[in-house]
Amino acid sequence: MIEQLGGFLYVVLGTIFVALFGIGFGLGVLGVDRKLTAHMQARIGPPLRQPFIDIRKLLLKENIIPENAISWLFNAAPVFALAASVTILLYLPIGGLPPVLGVYGDIILIMYLLTVPALAMVTGGFASGSPYATVGAQREMITMMAYELPLATVFIALAWRLARAGVQDPFSLASLTSTPIWSVAGPLGIIGALILLIVLIFVTPGELSRVPFDTPEAETELAGGLMVEYSGKNLAMFYLAQGVKSVAMASVIVALFLPWGLSEFVPGIPALGILLDFLWYIVKVLAVLFVSVSLIRVAMARFRISQVVTMYWIYLGGLGILGLTLLFLDSLGGV
Amino acid sequence: MKPTPSFNRSLWVYHLNSGSCNGCEIEIVAALAPRYDPERFGVKLVGSPRHADALLVTGPVPNKMKERVLRIMEQTPDPKVVICVGTCGESGGVYYDSYSLAGPIDDVIPVDIYVSGCPPRPEAILHGVVKAIEKLEQLQGGAT
Repeated sequence: MIEQLGGFLYVVLGTIFVALFGIGFGLGVLGVDRKLTAHMQARIGPPLRQPFIDIRKLLLKENIIPENAISWLFNAAPVFALAASVTILLYLPIGGLPPVLGVYGDIILIMYLLTVPALAMVTGGFASGSPYATVGAQREMITMMAYELPLATVFIALAWRLARAGVQDPFSLASLTSTPIWSVAGPLGIIGALILLIVLIFVTPGELSRVPFDTPEAETELAGGLMVEYSGKNLAMFYLAQGVKSVAMASVIVALFLPWGLSEFVPGIPALGILLDFLWYIVKVLAVLFVSVSLIRVAMARFRISQVVTMYWIYLGGLGILGLTLLFLDSLGGV
Repeated sequence: MKPTPSFNRSLWVYHLNSGSCNGCEIEIVAALAPRYDPERFGVKLVGSPRHADALLVTGPVPNKMKERVLRIMEQTPDPKVVICVGTCGESGGVYYDSYSLAGPIDDVIPVDIYVSGCPPRPEAILHGVVKAIEKLEQLQGGAT
């Protein structure tokens, strides 16, 4: 009974901590992204705390619900988006700390959870009753279907290779992080894993609806797309969800491809090890987001929706299959 | 919630073209480009009036546009300011006696800030935005 209560308390406190950390760090990440983008465009850019100021301002604004919107769905969508984004973080290791709900879910669950914020946005878009939002919602669904293929290919290829190497329970995040793919694969497999990393880096902007895959939110054609009717508090919640989702997606890449910690360099001092691991994790997340969001955002222009599908299904899907094949050939070479 | 002077660092602007000749638009784009970089003060151009704190209205408002201007004004959540950019919006400009005008902008919606010029320079537009921020703070009764 006492043990059950302890476990319950652990989950509740862990959830609160992860939610606060995810929201704070998510906004920080958005600020870093805007600053870096500005510097790459020879601008000075907003201060790092700009997203916090934006959120504070949005909370002060009037919250308009359009006349022809389905109001309960319209109001529920931002809550769902934020809650689902925080839930993804609960299943992911943060720094050296194990995931709060790690025992209950694996990478397949994360793949499904990653679609929930996007689905909430689609629901909100349809519920707002604006033609712009409807077109945006349709585009978001198409994008979602497009990036699922490369994403699933990456996850399955990695887990399958680990299974061939004799790792127990290869889909769980604990085994994915304790045995990085680089430690089990041979030369061919490492090339394959690098290709899969590139695929995952290009899936990230699609997952987060950032340039060049921000077709659903296209400011110039759709006037904000899915978000067009949202204002005030609801818009602030979508803003927060965007930040948390960025952290979650980067954490997936960190957990799969860059799981190393720093704690083994300071043996004997567990507190220092945890702190170091945590800071190192923040550095890794920022590095991953710099490459996969900021750099790609500055370097590329927006794709049309048909180009998004071709890009994900043909080119990135093909690259994913190539990576999978290389990992397969590698496993034939002798385990 | 008690109002805070958040607007002075995060003003989202919606640009509304009500029959302008595109001269002011070019200057607005010039004001947003890296040379002046208003994003360092949190000023951002948004695509929907629902997200906006300030409406940047250009042009002399033709009859057909009147309803739309009113509607966009209503779609913008409070608190908000209206900035009128260019001579056309102030007085009608070269179109002042045209049969198709619903009047200059302040005959249609209340305007808070006027930016003169045909077209105004980017510096003038940015000055107008700064004035708008001051006005918003007064509306909130916040910082001095």
